[in-house]
Amino acid sequence: MRFYAAVASFAPHGRLTAFRSARTIVRIRMITAVCAGFDMVMETTSAVADKIRCDACPVMCYIKPGAAGACDRYANHDGKLVRVDPHVILERTVSHGGKLVPFSRTEDWDGKIVHEPSTFVTAIGAGTTYPDYKPAPFIVSAEVDGVDMVTVVTEGIFSYCGIKVKIDTDRYLGPETATVRAQGEAVGHVTTSEYGSQMLSLGGVHHLTGGSKKEGRVTCDTLMDLANCKAVELTIDGGASVVVQAGQPPIVNGMKEERMRVGCGSATIGMFAKQWHGKVDEVVVVDDHITGVLSEHQAGKLLDIADTGIKMKGRRSTPGRYFQVADPGTGWGGTNISDPLSILGPFDVKEAKPGLSILMVSTTGEHSSYYVLDEALKPVETEMPADLKFSVERIQENCEPALCTVLFMAGAGGSLRAGVTDNPVRLTRSVKDALTRVTSGGAPVYVWPGGGITYMVDVTQMPSGAFGYVPTPALVAPIEFTMKLSDYAALGGHMDYVKPLSEVKNGDDVRQLPWQNPIPGPRA
Amino acid sequence: MTRLPQIALLSDGRRLHLQDGPIDLIVEARGHADEVRAAYEAAAGRFTGLLDELCSELPELRRAALPAACSLEGIVARRMYAAVTPYAWDRFITPMAAVAGSVAEEILGAMIHVATLDQAYVNNGGDIALHLDEGEHFSVGLMDRPDRDGVMRTMRVYSTDPVRGIATSGRHGRSFSFGIADAVTVLAATASRADAAATIIANAVDLRGHPAIIREPANALQPDSDLGPRLVTREVGELSQTEIAAALESGAECARQLFDRGLIEGAVLQLCGDMLVIGPKDIERQKSRPLGLENAVHA
Repeated sequence: MRFYAAVASFAPHGRLTAFRSARTIVRIRMITAVCAGFDMVMETTSAVADKIRCDACPVMCYIKPGAAGACDRYANHDGKLVRVDPHVILERTVSHGGKLVPFSRTEDWDGKIVHEPSTFVTAIGAGTTYPDYKPAPFIVSAEVDGVDMVTVVTEGIFSYCGIKVKIDTDRYLGPETATVRAQGEAVGHVTTSEYGSQMLSLGGVHHLTGGSKKEGRVTCDTLMDLANCKAVELTIDGGASVVVQAGQPPIVNGMKEERMRVGCGSATIGMFAKQWHGKVDEVVVVDDHITGVLSEHQAGKLLDIADTGIKMKGRRSTPGRYFQVADPGTGWGGTNISDPLSILGPFDVKEAKPGLSILMVSTTGEHSSYYVLDEALKPVETEMPADLKFSVERIQENCEPALCTVLFMAGAGGSLRAGVTDNPVRLTRSVKDALTRVTSGGAPVYVWPGGGITYMVDVTQMPSGAFGYVPTPALVAPIEFTMKLSDYAALGGHMDYVKPLSEVKNGDDVRQLPWQNPIPGPRA
Repeated sequence: MTRLPQIALLSDGRRLHLQDGPIDLIVEARGHADEVRAAYEAAAGRFTGLLDELCSELPELRRAALPAACSLEGIVARRMYAAVTPYAWDRFITPMAAVAGSVAEEILGAMIHVATLDQAYVNNGGDIALHLDEGEHFSVGLMDRPDRDGVMRTMRVYSTDPVRGIATSGRHGRSFSFGIADAVTVLAATASRADAAATIIANAVDLRGHPAIIREPANALQPDSDLGPRLVTREVGELSQTEIAAALESGAECARQLFDRGLIEGAVLQLCGDMLVIGPKDIERQKSRPLGLENAVHA
């Protein structure tokens, strides 16, 4: 779905002030929440709940399941009246696996958690307007550890935002700087790979607003889906197609990645040389980055492993370490090969002997073969002895499960900060001075040093459905600033708008969620 | 339990925010401080209970407006009715088509009744009632994309102009549209008239029977919609440039008729990035604006 954004803006006295209608924003909140509602309805029940009558105001709307009333503030979720822009409260509980407690707008709220200092108010559903012409909708004060704390919650609209994806795989996803596409539209690029992982950088203002309308829309959808922990299929120009979902294994060209490599080929030789010693004459650990050869490797030399006359293709870096034995790909160890013998040249007749045994294995242990040289010094694939199988399994065991990790990254601009304080730069300074801690949906964030408030957050740490969007296109993400009340006053906070936590929680727009993390610390 | 509307000044201390049920207003008055205060008190006073007043006649307001007989009593309800009757003789329309503009007009009326103001406006989610004292003017910007230096066009409304109402309608708003327009912004003598006309013109921006346009009965989406089982637009797929132009032209034809009948002072129609302007007002195109505009915000 696509929504039109702003309508008209006034300039009394020549000063331009955008008057984006509040209802557009409210509408968008509703859509996010209601779509989530639909999902849940489809997943959990086939019984069609009835329409309900809302009594929140005298309009008394009849609301269908999955739809909202005329105000876009109240909706029918599975036959229950819910507020669709609720403030989400995370309750720190010892027991995990707690369920989402439905929002209660009844008068008999027991008020129990009101006095619990471990309650944290998130910005999800706090609502905002764009540009931020009013104070952050929700400024809450609470006693935390004897300090009168203020949490300013707002939902930032981030047109400068993006996602960094870490994909635990050695498989070749595509060349550096190659365009990453979703639904055929450019949404980002391949960036520098990290140890055992391929990195993608998606979104950013260039794709969101610098390209065609469709590019912006698809980028926005992609970012939002990834941020809300949904699976997204991405294709890389000149590379692979990969299904990415936060906290799940990547699926590269239709193959689910199981494990992350234990180390590069050379490192693997170093780690397992002792275990191979005496059980096999030669080991080649096939790796797109550095392929290791036991007999030539320093680790092999230390164990007095004899030369085997093996000839590797590729470029020798240092003894026993080879670059570029093959092209990158999705075969053995992130190369494009399916037959490991293709990276070997003929054995040196002076050194090699018939009967010489060779183990070839990839860096994840996922691929392995065992060979014995015949009379003509040709390797012949043979059943692998049990103790070598065991060593391959050991490699596998030492490879951690391959996952996709999705970090949302955004910068809080002047206008968002203005929703928090009259003097936005003071908020920045306060964050830098670690007086104010920043969280996103209650999750800890990393705040980049340097100018502005640019932060990164692991989306799996955030409550579900934390992200929304506006048709700008830009993402709507929760952001909270927590600080001492006195610090808040000192930085020019909107003191008139500070509400005690009890007031919020006794209000009718609170949703409780199980607490997922410890309360994030300063600059966590 | 008494339900009170939300009444608060925004952080700038200048603007008033009023919200009750589905009504959400941003109000600003300019003039002497005492006058502004009096105006805001009057706005808040009039706003309290206004929703209940409307709701007491809701069933009637949701019925097609018949030009012959109006049994409505509330002043806002009657204004809604009056705004839609010019269209009611040849098509289905209910007074609800003008609810937002009519409410804005009512609040503005309450303000200028008690206070002498240089300028004032009541913005009801994009449907805006204006007040201009002699010699004053408002600049109204039409925004394409709020993330850019994006005031696409601006127009000035002078106190000598007949325009005192601006409204925008389209398929993305909170209410349903029969048409496919992304937005139709109308300038008219009053906010209620602008509201009704924007609805009518937005409905006319359409391509009948086009397979890429998905429609659903309004009451399948909202059981108590005033539009009943009539089909409303849910999704618009890819349209060719020719189709976009044709749909816009169909809306423009409607707008020209309303202009000739004196019902509107101007209109701007937008669909899939294309725009069409109707009216004598010089709605000037803004080239690239210098940086630093208030609305060029990257949060």
